Amino acid sequence: MDRATLELKKSRAFLCLECGKCTAICPISRFNNSYSPRRLLADGLFYGADNLITNPLLWSCLTCQLCSQRCPVDVKFSEYMRDIRAEACRQNQWGNASHGGALHHIMEMAAAPALKQNRTGWISDNLKVKSKGEVLYFVGCLPYHHDFFAKDFDYAPLTAAVDTVKILNHLGIEPVVLDNERCCGHDLYWLGQLEKFDELGRLNLKEIEQTGAKLVVTSCPECALALKRLYAERLGGVNFTVKHISELVAENIDKFEFSEVPLKVTFQDPCRLGRYLGVYDQPRQAIMAIPGIEMQEMPHSRRGAICCGTTNWMNCDAVSKQIQHSRLTEAKATGAQTLVTACPKCQIHFRCSQCGDESQKVDINITDFVNIVASALEG
Amino acid sequence: MAGKVSKTKKKTAKAKFVPNIVAFACNWCSYAGADTAGINRVQYSPNFRVIRTMCSGRVTPGHVLKALKLGADGVLVSGCHFGDCHYIFGNYKAVEQFDRTKALVKTLGLDERRIRLEWVSAAEGTRWGEVIDEFVAQITTLGPSPLNHKPKSRK
Ligand code: SF4
Ligand code: SF4
Ligand code: FES
Repeated sequence: MDRATLELKKSRAFLCLECGKCTAICPISRFNNSYSPRRLLADGLFYGADNLITNPLLWSCLTCQLCSQRCPVDVKFSEYMRDIRAEACRQNQWGNASHGGALHHIMEMAAAPALKQNRTGWISDNLKVKSKGEVLYFVGCLPYHHDFFAKDFDYAPLTAAVDTVKILNHLGIEPVVLDNERCCGHDLYWLGQLEKFDELGRLNLKEIEQTGAKLVVTSCPECALALKRLYAERLGGVNFTVKHISELVAENIDKFEFSEVPLKVTFQDPCRLGRYLGVYDQPRQAIMAIPGIEMQEMPHSRRGAICCGTTNWMNCDAVSKQIQHSRLTEAKATGAQTLVTACPKCQIHFRCSQCGDESQKVDINITDFVNIVASALEG
Repeated sequence: MAGKVSKTKKKTAKAKFVPNIVAFACNWCSYAGADTAGINRVQYSPNFRVIRTMCSGRVTPGHVLKALKLGADGVLVSGCHFGDCHYIFGNYKAVEQFDRTKALVKTLGLDERRIRLEWVSAAEGTRWGEVIDEFVAQITTLGPSPLNHKPKSRK
């Protein structure tokens, strides 16, 4: 058995019954007939995983975990993909990276120990942060996203970072923000570049340790997943708690006095926040505590929420656009004026699908959870 | 390369830093300009590798960042002068892309002088030599890139 086939034991792939429920629910299979998680499993198990590494469909899976919700024997399909991708990377195979691979290069560059980054330019004087303390705000990719996407879309990713610090300040917390924070490595993990992931993780853990932080807050669900679960899994436990900002807001909801925001909204559950971390209620609780906000759920929500169509900056194609378009149509059909998401990447992907052909555009505002909470604070 | 020299000739205390530069040159002007430099036997620094692209507008942040990631000490993007681009507005696009790259390079904490955008026409062989010489001199004063390491082979 080759190495990748051996790895299959861990993701329970051997237990697959070939029932096809995964293919029936997968958002990619819905628009791309040649993509079938069931077949990828059957091929891998029957012919050996080595046969899959040159298959371009290997890079299509969103690792959104939707199929695992339905699987009767709990096959962890995303992990199966990760393991085969890891073998593919070892053999120098790579899929179609979006944006010319720029974002992957940034992730890999961030693993260079000698790097001294300038990531904190967005911190203005009215935001209170410090360099040592109990609570740390892990900003994630927002500064890079800002440089890369702010010009293309009418959207400034760094407002999410500013608003997160505003919310924390409102709670009387002066968070630590690291000057030289590295990419959390989440995407490289799912792309099977596990060594680079470990390097990034070690650098981050060292930096976080030096600040003495007991609680790490993130505004990105992927950072939360990486810091909370993936670092523990690959690098041995971490000695701090990790919370997404929505959890913190929901816990402290009595400490907020929101002003009225008259708005009909609907909520996009990010895959990592929902299906991976199980945080469904907290963002809803926080949003609904704002007077004037009316929340309409989409038919596919919570465990059954549909992914924003692209992950890990890979394989953005017509299928991704179709997923995004149908998801936005679903959001619009609830009668909501604004789609609230808690993940910066969902926002980038949805906004991208709104660009271009005006006649095809689904006209709905998209905003981040922290933006809406912070706007109710100012009011 | 630099490291090897210092090992064989132990007496030279510190190996001199020789910059490694990647130059993206558009097919219609700058690459031809580099050819002209060769034909005219212009004498200039040899520490660069040219990558020919059809147009400078093709060079995206991904290309420049990849070169830097793999250990280039400097990256040059060169195209036709404004108004001369074979694809009419490709070099305007190059400016946009380059601004984006520059912002990312700054955020990553690399010196923004490590990347450079220049316009060299097919006739300007001498100018190509000057641009390279100037850039090499600048990178030499900046020293090796913090990412300058032996790259592992990976796509
Ligand atoms: S993880 Fe998501 S994208 Fe991948 S096969 Fe399952 S449902 Fe499809
Ligand atoms: S749902 Fe589970 S058991 Fe059924 S085909 Fe998919 S992976 Fe196999
Ligand atoms: S062809 Fe030279 S810049 Fe476009």
